[in-house]
Order: sequence, then structure tokens, then C-alpha cells
Amino acid sequence: MRDRLFIIIAGAVVGLLAVILVMQGNPVNMGFCIACFIRDIAGGLGLHRAAVVQFLRPEIMGLVIGAFITALYVREFKATGGSSPVLRFALGMLMMAGALIFLGCPLRMVLRLAGGDWNALVALPGYVVGVWLGTLFLRRGFTLGRSQEQSPVNGYAGPFLAVVLIILLIAAPAFIFFSEEGPGSMSAPLILTLGAGLLVGVLAQRTRLCTMGAIRDILLFKDFHLFYGLAAIFVIALIGNLFTGQFMPGFAGQPVAHSDSIWNFLGMTVVGLAAVLAGGCPMRQLILTGEGQGDALITVFGMAAGAAFMHNFGLAGSPAGVSPAGQWIVIISLVVLTVIGFGNTAIRSRSTAQNSEQAKAS
Amino acid sequence: MSEIVDCRGLSCPEPVMQARQALQQAPEDTVTVIVSNAVARDNVSRAANSMGWQVTVEEDGEDFKLNLNK
Repeated sequence: MRDRLFIIIAGAVVGLLAVILVMQGNPVNMGFCIACFIRDIAGGLGLHRAAVVQFLRPEIMGLVIGAFITALYVREFKATGGSSPVLRFALGMLMMAGALIFLGCPLRMVLRLAGGDWNALVALPGYVVGVWLGTLFLRRGFTLGRSQEQSPVNGYAGPFLAVVLIILLIAAPAFIFFSEEGPGSMSAPLILTLGAGLLVGVLAQRTRLCTMGAIRDILLFKDFHLFYGLAAIFVIALIGNLFTGQFMPGFAGQPVAHSDSIWNFLGMTVVGLAAVLAGGCPMRQLILTGEGQGDALITVFGMAAGAAFMHNFGLAGSPAGVSPAGQWIVIISLVVLTVIGFGNTAIRSRSTAQNSEQAKAS
Repeated sequence: MSEIVDCRGLSCPEPVMQARQALQQAPEDTVTVIVSNAVARDNVSRAANSMGWQVTVEEDGEDFKLNLNK
């Protein structure tokens, strides 16, 4: 009961902060968007040259550092890694590909819904379908394998990179890109964005808040624990938007969004499925990175690479819609995810079969 | 000798799925689940509680040993 109250409070804080960040300068319905912000960071580092989405977003660094400090404090920091790094990198790329088709991670999908963007209402069932497909693989025995304990240096890498990014943001050397127009140029003041990231990092580490787990646990175990957190984000962001006049219901003309419904649906199906196979939504990957999980950091790197790929080749969705090439990426992503899903199930069931045959032989 | 489910190195939901399966099929009243992270410790404990099992947690070096009793 105490746990449930805590996760509801954590979700409410995320929803409230999201509204405040938009009021103070973040793009509309983008108080938090982990995929968008990692994409912006990739742009800030020059990994892609889409001039309107380049900015070292402090929310991301705050999330990692907040989770890191909390994990150290409660003695849950543990450097681990080595569980299918190549596949995790690929899953990060695919998760980002799907998110940049829809234009938002699952967290922004909920925030867009709370802002009256009905395109998110189309994407939500797509996301649930993606998570459901993921649970089918889990039930078949899908696994990325065990992680191993590693030297602490591995675990410090993520938080260290976060600090480096903050230094680069403040020092603003010439090789770091800053958007002069578009969403990348819009941000609440540093003290707010970094502070909000840190606070959510602390809360998400303690509560294990995860936008994918919220749906997955209902489908697998009829466990609504994480869902309460997700619902709280939505309810508080909705109330906040209504009170501050930021609630604008409709399909057309929504900020940083498009109305290609089929691709909004399928884009989030890709995100949902990739998130289940990767063991966490984009935000959760940042929190796990702060806890020292190298496997999560690899996934985040995959997301950054995915963002660069999507923008360098003009595949990402835009307010104009999804290009034919972008539509192909969605189809290819679904195929690749299916291969990864079946591939890792097959290995395990074969080895189990071998074991039982060996047992019979002996 | 109680059944031991080794979930070290696995991330949720795998430990919960394996633990639930073991509890559903357990021939005896005790099952031991070994996990290596706090998330799995908490999630397996919650799942076991909801299935009517008592949980005691033992720290075992870097791992957690969950003794589940009906």
C-alpha cells in the first residue's frame, strides 16, 4: 500500500514537472520526452545535422545522475553488463526509430494525450499491441541472457558521461551544436531542466517507474503496480494542462506531431515491442544506466545512434508526416524485432532440449 | 531439500516469471529463489506475497536469497 502511494506520488511529480517545464520554455507537450531529448543530444554532439533538433538536454543528464546518487545512497549501485550487448544496441536503435516515426517516446505519448493531442490516442493502442507482442516472446522464453558483475569503472561510465555533457552544455565550445530555431531552441532554464531531471531520477530509481512495465505487468501478471505511476503522470499532466490553458484537443496542427495514423500506431508498436525485449522503456534505460548497468548504457548509445541514423537519412517523422522511406523503416524494424524475438527464444529452447537429451543419455 | 531457482544476472520480468512458475509447480512448501539485483528481489517478493507465500530475504554476498514458504 505504501509502495502504491509512493509510485502514484512519483508519477504525479513527473506529470506536474512536465507541465511546468513546458510553461517555462520546453516545446509543447514535451516537458519530458526521453527519445526526443536523446535525439537532441545526438544533434548537439553533431552526430546528425538536423538543425532544428540540436541541444544537450539537461533532463537526460539529471535522470542518470539522480538515479546514480540514489542508487549509491541505498546501496543498489552495481556495475553489471555483458548480456547481449550487440542486440541491446540494436534494440535501442529500433526503439528510437519507432519513437521518431511517432515523434515521441511512450512518456511523451502520455503527455501528448494529456495535452489533447488525439494522435497519441491512435498511438496508444499501437504501443499496447507492441508490448503484448513482446509478452508473447517472453512467455515463449525470450531472454537476452544473464549479465555479469563487472569492475565498478564500467558502472561509473554512464554517470561520468552525463557530467561531461553538463560541462559541455555550460562551456558551450564551438563544436557543440545549439539549435537557433525549432524545438531544439526551446528549453526551460537550466536550473529547472536539470533539477527536474535529478528529482525524477531519484523518484524513478526508488519506484522503478517504467512506461513499458506498466503495460507489460498487467498483461503478464495482472499486476497494476507500475500502471498506477503511469496513470498518475497522465492525470496530473491533464489537470495541469487544463488549469494552465495548455489543453488543446484535436488531431490537426498539434505541436511537433503529425496525423499519419497508421504510422503513429505502428511506430509505437515498434517502440513497445523493442522496449519489452530490451527490458525497459527509454526512461527506464537511463535510470538503469545510473544504477551501473552497462547493458542499459549500451541501449542508450543505440538510441543515440538510431536518432542519428533516422535524421541523417531523412527517415524521421515530421509535422509533414512520415516519408515512404520512413514507412519502410517501420516495416523493417518490425521484421528485425521478430527475428530477435524468435532468435533468442530458439537458442534457449534448443539448449533446454539438449540438456534434457543429455540427461536421458546419461 | 527445497527447490532452488537461480535467477542471478537476470533482469525483470524473467525472475518473476521463473519464480511464479516454480511456485505454481512446487511439490513442497519451500522454494528458494536467488537473484542479484534489488529490483528482482522486490518484484519476486511482491509476486510471492500476492500468491500467498511468506518471504524472508537473506543477503548472500552480492546476491539475495529469497526463502519462500507457503
